[in-house]
Amino acid sequence: MRYLDEYRDPRLARMLLDRLRRVATRPWRLMEVCGGQTHTIVRQGIDELLPAGIRMIHGPGCPVCVTPLETLDRAMAIAARPGTILTSFGDMLRVPGSHTDLLALRARGCDVRVVYSPMDAVALAQRHPDRQVVFLAVGFETTAPANAMAVLHAADLGLANFSLLVSHVLVPPAMTALLDSPDCQVQAFLAAGHVCAVMGWTQYEPLAARHRVPIVVTGFEPLDLLEGILMAVTQLEQGRYEVENQYARAVRRDGNTAAQDAIRRVFRIADRAWRGVGTIPAGGLVLAAEYAAFDAERRFDVGDLTAREHSECIAGAVLTGTREPTDCTAYGTICTPRNPLGAPMVSSEGTCAAYFAAGRTRAAAVPGIVQ
Amino acid sequence: MSTADLLSGACPAPRRESERVLLGHGSGGRLSAELIADVLVPALGEAAVPGPLEDAALVTAAGADLALSTDAYVVTPLFFPGGDIGRLAVHGTVNDLAMRAAMPLALCVAYVIEEGFPLEDLRRVAASVGEAARDAGVRVVTGDTKVVNRGAADGLFVVSTGLGRRLPGTAPSAAGAVPGDVVLLSGPIGSHGVTVLSTREGLGFEADVRSDTRPLHRLVEAMVGVGGEALHALRDPTRGGLASAVNEIAQASAVGVEIDEQALPVPGAVRAACEMLGLDVAHVANEGCLVAFVAPDRAAQVLAAMRVCPEGRDAVRIGSVLAEEPGRVRMRTGVGSRRVLDMLLGEQLPRIC
Repeated sequence: MRYLDEYRDPRLARMLLDRLRRVATRPWRLMEVCGGQTHTIVRQGIDELLPAGIRMIHGPGCPVCVTPLETLDRAMAIAARPGTILTSFGDMLRVPGSHTDLLALRARGCDVRVVYSPMDAVALAQRHPDRQVVFLAVGFETTAPANAMAVLHAADLGLANFSLLVSHVLVPPAMTALLDSPDCQVQAFLAAGHVCAVMGWTQYEPLAARHRVPIVVTGFEPLDLLEGILMAVTQLEQGRYEVENQYARAVRRDGNTAAQDAIRRVFRIADRAWRGVGTIPAGGLVLAAEYAAFDAERRFDVGDLTAREHSECIAGAVLTGTREPTDCTAYGTICTPRNPLGAPMVSSEGTCAAYFAAGRTRAAAVPGIVQ
Repeated sequence: MSTADLLSGACPAPRRESERVLLGHGSGGRLSAELIADVLVPALGEAAVPGPLEDAALVTAAGADLALSTDAYVVTPLFFPGGDIGRLAVHGTVNDLAMRAAMPLALCVAYVIEEGFPLEDLRRVAASVGEAARDAGVRVVTGDTKVVNRGAADGLFVVSTGLGRRLPGTAPSAAGAVPGDVVLLSGPIGSHGVTVLSTREGLGFEADVRSDTRPLHRLVEAMVGVGGEALHALRDPTRGGLASAVNEIAQASAVGVEIDEQALPVPGAVRAACEMLGLDVAHVANEGCLVAFVAPDRAAQVLAAMRVCPEGRDAVRIGSVLAEEPGRVRMRTGVGSRRVLDMLLGEQLPRIC
């Protein structure tokens, strides 16, 4: 298939790996920011092909994983109200809240639906004027333009029964928070290609300069990742710290300005809680005052929510890359995709789930542990 | 039930183990297997038959070697490119019999119809059952019709049961694979699942894909003709897809299986849909292909015989059986590494981005 097979060519992969072996003289620790990249790396076993010493740290860029438990509990409380249709993207449905998850609520009679676009949720609201349709809007800068367009469209239609439960997060503030943390081990970043397709990479330039860290805007196919890793390691070896663009077929320096305009119209930047990471200043988006009428948090009073995380789960450390899933005592024992304790085990983009699906065991990762 | 009751889930259980049947319990993956193993089979007690779960049961009656299978069809939408619920009801049961090397002798078909269902649609489905049965060379010998209150069923459900006569000289079983076996696949995967999903959700791929639903017993007959007892295991990868079918055989046979990702035939539109939706094509349902575990010395002849049949024209070798890591399926990836190919867990959910 054009534009896919080219980026999965085993011969080219071997060439890139050979070049990487020649370039790398020392151990380096790289973080891929996006969950989609983690998915490819683990699914294709790319990290196992890398020269010894090049370690990939899996970043916090899984929107499902960083959605706060409190938001999930709120979504479930809204879904449980009579007359509501709660809509979201597929893998949000399986994420455990404090007490239950959306699939289990659906089995108990709540109207919870998977949509493939926020516009589908707007269409549902048009078809069901007597029901309240809520879209659980999660994601990074990538999904924000489409969610913004859904709000603009609903406003044009004058829909009073459509709203958004917003949990939008932004990547550069999270990278800043990681770099500012004293135990940060990351020496170079592979920036999330699709986030940059929307936002461009100008925001990353001051970050690279201030923290002296190479940042390579990288795509999602195996060859994209291998080339991104090679570019980042080359910079590290040469002592450079620039923003480079591996994903040239999709990303321009200024990004997609029309999409940025839509985001700016509908949302404003605010402090945001990231699950497992904590509150990141200016780390997310909320609906702008002009569109506050579409804010499900205002529309539905669900009372006080007290979210409880499982004590054994180390999701926060996994999301910030300081621990591996296989470091967790719950991994693969009491925490599995079947019964996830934390979000990284839920989404197929989550690091724990990606490790589990690839059959990575604590025994294999930690010599000495026998299962 | 109050809102508070709904949200309390199964508390105080620490994990979200809901004491309710989830849609994922019907997906043909791990949840389905657990439901059967934990709830349905134990309840049978001594009425259960020991051994692995097979597509059809072997029965001997009055000296005749027979096979028996039953299946319920609840697909939405009822009509989709390449087929409809009526064709599925015939092909699915014929194919389950064929996976035990049995040729269909007779079918029973039961309809559960929702009050208010358009008669015109029922005529179309019934005509489709008739046409598919004639094509497969099998008679529908009995059946049942029930009408339920509006809301008690989703339009129409169809249940079919099939009786088949086993071909002599072979007894393929999910537990029959042995190290060294070659894994063959009769044709492209993913078309049925993507067609139904795309038609149901209006995703726009339905113009480019068709369900692969078709009977496979003639293909199996041709394979048995040259393969005989070298056909160790056969399975049609329906719900749960290729990954679930191969995992079931690996577990029942206590062998390891290695699949070559590059060898899997996937139509372009199916690949595009899976890439866009974040679905693993190995988990997508099929209705017109089979996977065969064949002794290595006979694999080339079986493959050649498959390719002569229209339904096996695109048959390929996709992997092999190993003694190591019994019960586990590994996939050799395009870039040369290996990963575990696991069963579908519950419901197949598209990834977010």
